Amino acid sequence: MERIYLDHGATTGVAKEVLEKMMPYFSEVFGNGSSQHFFGREALEAIDNARESIAKNLNCRSTEIYFVSGGSEADNMAIKGYALAHKDKGNHIITSKIEHPAVLETCRKLEKYGFEVTYLDVDKEGFVSPKDFEAAIKDTTILASIMMVNNEIGAIEPIKELAAIAKAHGVVFHTDAVQAVGNIPVDVKDLGVDMLSLSAHKFYGPKGVGVLYKKNGVKIQRFLDGGEQERNLRASTLNTPGIVGCAAALDLAIAHMEENNKKTQEVRDYFVKRVQELIPNIYYNGPKDPSKRIPGNSDFSFIGIEGEGILFHLDLHGIAVSSGSACSSGSLDPSHVLLAIGIPMAVAHGSIRFSFGKENTIEQAEYTVKVLEQTVKQLRAMSPIYEELLEELKKNV
Amino acid sequence: MYNEEVINEFQNLQNVGFIENHNAYGKIGNAACGDIMEMTMYINPETEIIEQVAFRTFGCAAAQATSSRATTLVKGKTVQEALELTNKAVVDSLGGLPAQKIHCSVLAEEAIKACIENYLDRKAGKVSNENEKPKMV
Ligand SMILES: Cc1ncc(COP(=O)(O)O)c(C=O)c1O
Repeated sequence: MERIYLDHGATTGVAKEVLEKMMPYFSEVFGNGSSQHFFGREALEAIDNARESIAKNLNCRSTEIYFVSGGSEADNMAIKGYALAHKDKGNHIITSKIEHPAVLETCRKLEKYGFEVTYLDVDKEGFVSPKDFEAAIKDTTILASIMMVNNEIGAIEPIKELAAIAKAHGVVFHTDAVQAVGNIPVDVKDLGVDMLSLSAHKFYGPKGVGVLYKKNGVKIQRFLDGGEQERNLRASTLNTPGIVGCAAALDLAIAHMEENNKKTQEVRDYFVKRVQELIPNIYYNGPKDPSKRIPGNSDFSFIGIEGEGILFHLDLHGIAVSSGSACSSGSLDPSHVLLAIGIPMAVAHGSIRFSFGKENTIEQAEYTVKVLEQTVKQLRAMSPIYEELLEELKKNV
Repeated sequence: MYNEEVINEFQNLQNVGFIENHNAYGKIGNAACGDIMEMTMYINPETEIIEQVAFRTFGCAAAQATSSRATTLVKGKTVQEALELTNKAVVDSLGGLPAQKIHCSVLAEEAIKACIENYLDRKAGKVSNENEKPKMV
């Protein structure tokens, strides 16, 4: 059975070219980047080159790049680090209801420490409104964190506009760009953001390595106490192979972005069109305008059936996807993102994200649509609520 | 995460459907919570043996597999025997479930209990014998 990977939003495999560049840094050039002898200097040189290369790709200085263990750590470091360093200036933080848990849970933790957090609503397509954002800013606001691209519905948020508003009010602006970097152009100067998080494994780089971009002059508290690595803000011996891989993957992604996106979007658009043609009573979640969502993302809710059931049927047919249902996560509530865009609770349980990548083909999309059509039919036939849920929803339109 | 037995049951669900001439009906769960199980039975009034049983489920793979297995475990049994079926017995019969999925198996046990209580209520004249129209809960 052919195995079809449609979960690029979760992670991607390390590209061969990237792996090749990483290999020497495991056993040959294994020195500690902080050591003064030549083993260490060799490692440091590779790290410095990676830092330069990433800085160039993001349009910033290499001194503004901090290597961390991934997107989650970058988010934690930016938000906690800034809030704790500036709590004498104010205690208010603005974020959105659709952030990744790495941001949401960080903000919740800060609420326990006495910070006040505003979680902005989003519209039906998942966009934060710049008007709402500006209205939420008050005298005590010190920090805002709004994601650049949502990981479930692929919505590209108006970061440039939001960052400009924040700047005009003297509020520092962080963006979680984990789903953006490598998928769409990201230029920190053009965006006007103060801090930005990225994670290598989302763009064919290795897992366990990410970057926090922090504009020079923006003060944050040291995140990981210990040695003086990363300008004394994040202790721990630098992950040389991971860092080299992160830089190589970003280079590769940017070099081929246009052609990859063209192909990925073609397959995604074909899939979305076919699903809408063949399967009735569904919601296509997120932006309808393909230019306002990243090229690989699509997300559907199938009325009357539960997502995990769909996921495992697809799995048995060799198709890998993600589900926004509660039963996949072990919690009782379905995806907070889908609830935030107004999908009814019972419907949100029946949601699947299909996230395409550069290696997917139209044939794979067509096969998936066919399997999906069968699966949905089969599960609806055994659903005790399909008919009544449909009626209920019609009444409420 | 699921063992082979569970996956096999999920792929070959038994007793899916709705028994039109049922004399026992149970529905458990909540769409908002993502799990609903509906069970219909025909119980022989003379022998009190469950002659036919069918289920419909809105729920995850574990919910589907446990409802299916629960129906096969009670089919041909007496009402009294079926009331003694525990969710643990269903889970054991499937060779175990991941910890966070155990609550799905509770639903199967509850659906059977609700179904049989409905039968006993009918027998006692407490509810009408009309076919229930599945209602949104
Ligand atoms: C939007 C977003 N932020 C943060 C993360 C966390 O990144 P990591 O897994 O590298 O910690 C992810 C990925 O899961 C994500 O999609």
